[in-house]
Amino acid sequence: MNSLIQGFVQAIDLILHLDPVLFGIIFLSLKVSGLALLIATAFGLPAGALLGLKRFPGRDLAISTANTFMGLPPVVVGLFVYLLLSRKGPLGFMGLLYSPTAMIIAQTILATPIVIALCQSAIVNVDPIIRQAARTLGATPRQVTLTIIKEARYGILSAIIAAFGRVMAEVGSILIVGGNIAGYTRVMTTTIALETDKGNFELALALGIILLAISFSINSILHAVQKKGTVTVS
Amino acid sequence: MKLTVSNIAKAYEGRVILKDCSYSFDRNGTYVLMGPNGCGKSTLLRICALLEQADGGTVTYGENGAVLQPDMALRRRITLVLPRIGVFNTTVSRNVAYSLRVRGIAHAEIESRVNKTLAFVGLDQKKTQQARTLSSGETQRLGIARALVLDPEVLFLDEPTASIDEENTRIIESIINDMRKQNRSKVIMTTHDHAQAERIADRMLVLEHGILKG
Repeated sequence: MNSLIQGFVQAIDLILHLDPVLFGIIFLSLKVSGLALLIATAFGLPAGALLGLKRFPGRDLAISTANTFMGLPPVVVGLFVYLLLSRKGPLGFMGLLYSPTAMIIAQTILATPIVIALCQSAIVNVDPIIRQAARTLGATPRQVTLTIIKEARYGILSAIIAAFGRVMAEVGSILIVGGNIAGYTRVMTTTIALETDKGNFELALALGIILLAISFSINSILHAVQKKGTVTVS
Repeated sequence: MKLTVSNIAKAYEGRVILKDCSYSFDRNGTYVLMGPNGCGKSTLLRICALLEQADGGTVTYGENGAVLQPDMALRRRITLVLPRIGVFNTTVSRNVAYSLRVRGIAHAEIESRVNKTLAFVGLDQKKTQQARTLSSGETQRLGIARALVLDPEVLFLDEPTASIDEENTRIIESIINDMRKQNRSKVIMTTHDHAQAERIADRMLVLEHGILKG
């Protein structure tokens, strides 16, 4: 218990003194997860919108696949990306293994199904009367589509935030494909795992606090967004 | 603009809703379409508003002796207010501005037209309020405001007072009567309330067994 309190105090000290190693790790975590989220959203939002708005053969299979892949085990994704990028793998010639790019690829694979499935769900849950209302008011088919997406905006934002929460807290895949190299691929979660193994609890705890703070902020935003989107319908 | 429906027929899953509906809506004013629940009034209205295809017959809009093509340009000169209006998740004024924004109208003009319309339907005090917090009567007035802001040449109202209180019914009837006095457009509405039809109609039509009687 004593060492926990001591570790906690030292952790606060590291945060307050803007420790460069600590902030380097935080910056890399946000960069890797942020870019992965950006790519996942760029692909996942249109894909989710397509699944939510259009009927076509294979749609149900695509929705089921996205829903299933929401729960992909990170270590399996890590292994898959590792085999893809390893020297003998099909993309080995690119030399991306143990780089932040490899970590971004792994996290993008984890985040994309979440964005697709939750965006699809948000869009499909928009009241069908909105489509009719937009048409009666003279919207073109493209404007009708945009109106429906806009009506689903709070659900879409929730999807993006949920995906961000998932990748920020993830450790398995980035440990496999990033290699946890100090100053290069070491992020918050992998550092926590490593420093805990070494018995160096101050840095691990400091990062744990920051990770919790980020997670808390994400959840607070999510809650506020959902609250704003849920207006009482009379 | 003249609207003529000729021999309109429509069936859903083998059940005949409309058999033979023909009428010529020549003059401006208020036309009230009556009939029991489920007789096809709303279907006929949607077909007339070019939102649904008939199985048989024609809907023709004409102007100065020429027939107008049923394209987007024509669809934008007419509008239908649904019984459940489909409120957009934003403020009252942005709901009313929607139809003008999709037409690419300038911001300053949108603002002035929205303010004028909200005053006309008595919602000017609620312009910044979230539209989904309005009462059901106010929501129905919002639906009418969204249509009126367009200054449509033909306005279809599908059971505009079906689920609202007496006070709001009176306000909506007075809005329709004001439009009637302005005599700039046709209002074609459905109701199953005979007394209401007597109060506001220039012409009453009855839809029975799939046939429209003028």
